Amino acid sequence: MVSEPTAATAAAPAPAPAPATATAPLVQVRGLGIRYGNRAVLQGVDLDVRQHEIFGIVGPANAGKTSFLRALNRMDEFTPGMKVDGAITFGGRDLRTIKNLYALRRRIGVVFPLPVGLPLSIYDNVALAPRLAGIGKRAELDQIVERCLRRAALWDEVKDRLTSLGSLLSGGQQQRLTIARALSQDPVLLLLDEFSIAVDPVTTMRIEEMLKELRQELTIVLVTNLVQQARRLADRTAFFLGGRCVEVDRTETLFTSAADQRTTDYLEGRFG
Amino acid sequence: MSGLAPVDTTFAITGREQRALGVQRAFRMLFLVTALLLILPVVLILGKLAIEGGPHLTWEFLTEKPRNGMKDGGIFPALIGTVWLTAGALAVAVPLGVAAAIYLSEYARDNLLTRAINSAIVNLAGVPSIVHALFGVGAFVGFLGFGVSILAASCTLAVMTLPVVIVATRESLQAVPRAFREASWSLGATRWQTIWRVVLPNSGSGILTGVILVVSRAVGETAPIMFTGAAFWVRSTPNSMFDQTMALSLHLYNVSTQVNLGQDHAWLPFSVALTLILVVLAMNAVAIGVRMRLRGRKKW
Repeated sequence: MVSEPTAATAAAPAPAPAPATATAPLVQVRGLGIRYGNRAVLQGVDLDVRQHEIFGIVGPANAGKTSFLRALNRMDEFTPGMKVDGAITFGGRDLRTIKNLYALRRRIGVVFPLPVGLPLSIYDNVALAPRLAGIGKRAELDQIVERCLRRAALWDEVKDRLTSLGSLLSGGQQQRLTIARALSQDPVLLLLDEFSIAVDPVTTMRIEEMLKELRQELTIVLVTNLVQQARRLADRTAFFLGGRCVEVDRTETLFTSAADQRTTDYLEGRFG
Repeated sequence: MSGLAPVDTTFAITGREQRALGVQRAFRMLFLVTALLLILPVVLILGKLAIEGGPHLTWEFLTEKPRNGMKDGGIFPALIGTVWLTAGALAVAVPLGVAAAIYLSEYARDNLLTRAINSAIVNLAGVPSIVHALFGVGAFVGFLGFGVSILAASCTLAVMTLPVVIVATRESLQAVPRAFREASWSLGATRWQTIWRVVLPNSGSGILTGVILVVSRAVGETAPIMFTGAAFWVRSTPNSMFDQTMALSLHLYNVSTQVNLGQDHAWLPFSVALTLILVVLAMNAVAIGVRMRLRGRKKW
């Protein structure tokens, strides 16, 4: 394995992105626009994600929700034709000025809509990120793997077969494995993109409980098609429609007295 | 249409369906016969070689040097020479081809350079082997100063088989789902860390497919080696990559056309050809065995 310079810096405990004050937002988005070639999928988005909140994003298909998440951890670098305009700051730092994108991505955990169990053992799936960060001691890895699998409500089902392939678990188990893997790097920010799409209702509830607890430690951006899930979990929620952020407000306010009629129509199931 | 027709008329075969079934059966037969015809040349070739050459394929034939103007003795130096040439071609073509395939599959963007490389690969695959031979004489024997040697012949074979390795490897790299790469990147892994830990471990069988194809071609080719490293007759087996060597494929050509064998030695080319085929099959069997172990269990 080639030791990258970035891996060496990560071996030291990563300093949390120091906020100027305790109330400074973790993520600030100003005038964000996203294009694929000539096709604009998101434009003029301004919003803040505060420390230790669950920030919900709801909206119909093609609203630009997933593209928004991809911009947050700079996945545009891997997407041919994807162009991001406007400013996103993470912990006060403009993403465009960050050269070490690997360190950025290590601070941000991502869970994709479709479960991705890598074709490695269950153990190695969760230990991958810590290993990349330079953790080599077996005892330390064991501890991380168990803690993350427990948090993702998967430990009891797989503790006796940690060496079997993660990619052969059932869809719902793979999704929880993906969540465990995202947590394994101790992220500051967790991005969840429709995490419950392949998970049964009971497990979904267990994961939701876990997410509420995690709010003590980190910040979560939750993209969901289930408006009730946003209502159960999110402190504040944004409504995206047709590539624009229609409004952002406290979740209860949004559900009871949204400023924009389109928000109310969507949340009450009249379209989308 | 009003209401549902009675069951017996619903499932009765109409004239139109009858004709469609007839045509379908005819095409099925046509394709089956065509596929079966493929077996014919294989059976005829192997059968002829086994009948004519098999009885003379003794241990002594494999382990002795040729004597008496090739007519007597065995083919040991040619057999060993072919192994040297093939191993040399693999040692050059596989690392270069896999590296190029990794670049094309994992790093290259769709731009002019990438398109130029891709068309170079296609064109390289289309160059006739005798032209590769002349290139090998100019580039490896002459310009790089390898002389007429195993090294020059191996390099010539390697250049000829590079496209095969590249294409087979690239296909297998691209068979690894993109979602795996994105998952790894999102953990902060670099492209190389992703390739090394996630992509390559799942592409082994494709790389081995490339190896199998290189072996098959390198063992059998005659033109690229006859000017660059293979000789009509050499006193002993090679000691280094800078020696000339005998080779099975060239030996087959020589005993078939250059030596007056007479009636009592007419079996000789068949025995050489049979050995040649058995060497290819044996080397392929090893690679296929390894590949089956790699593919043994479903990974996703």
